[in-house]
Amino acid sequence: MTIAWASFTPMSAFLGGCLIGLAALLLMMFQGRIMGVSGIIGGLFGTASSAERGWRLAFLLGAVAGPIMWQVITKAPIIWQAVASGPQFYIAAFLVGLGTAIGSGCTSGHGICGLARFSPRSLIAVMAFMASAVATVAIVNHF
Amino acid sequence: MTRLITALIIGSIFGAGLAIAGMLNPSKVVGFLDVFGDWDPSLAFVMGGGVLVNAIGHRFVMKRKAPIQCATFSMPTSTNIDKPLVIGSVIFGMGWGLAGLCPGPVVASLFLNGQAMLPFFGLMIAGLLVGRIVMRRLV
Repeated sequence: MTIAWASFTPMSAFLGGCLIGLAALLLMMFQGRIMGVSGIIGGLFGTASSAERGWRLAFLLGAVAGPIMWQVITKAPIIWQAVASGPQFYIAAFLVGLGTAIGSGCTSGHGICGLARFSPRSLIAVMAFMASAVATVAIVNHF
Repeated sequence: MTRLITALIIGSIFGAGLAIAGMLNPSKVVGFLDVFGDWDPSLAFVMGGGVLVNAIGHRFVMKRKAPIQCATFSMPTSTNIDKPLVIGSVIFGMGWGLAGLCPGPVVASLFLNGQAMLPFFGLMIAGLLVGRIVMRRLV
């Protein structure tokens, strides 16, 4: 293991993280909801009421608009470098959806919200998906 | 209407946070997950900042009887650590590691790189719906 000092950005990471935490906090304070993106998307389908669908769609629209506004204000392009293409990219997409539905949450719901509430379920989920993601990257990059 | 506006504003704070943090760049995410290679620990600070702010604020928010804009707090009710929780999370981790994308950044980068992200978003939703059917069979 070596540390990639050249790409290490602790300050912007921490600042961005604080904003993500603030968003989670505000969603709980105003609407009493856990800010879990997989759950917010999942709730759009099925038997949800129109009020239920409304706040979910508004939140997701905001999430799309946030980076665009940031890019317009700072005039700094947001870097997007893919690590996968073709089948690997599409299999990944399906697995992300499948896994978060079965595991009842993702990085935002179990990670940012669950850990902040000291939920043992979320702690187990975070350890499981972190370990699995680290193992997957190790296999893809080093074997 | 006011509920929709707050949800929109909160969503954009979330999206901007992801952008500032570097979470929208799959290569950066995989750099964080690549513990056995050239490791970039930055994203640990995203989780750290997010959990810190939320954990401190959560204690105060929970002292309220109800949220500001609706009648009750909707908290997760399940507390048992079961097979679906672990297996689902492992499957999610595999997908996250393969492409460096988790659901929040997928949504937030829909218009940054729509050509790649729209199909990803569609397939992710297909996975979500299949996962839901699997869950119904299990329970």
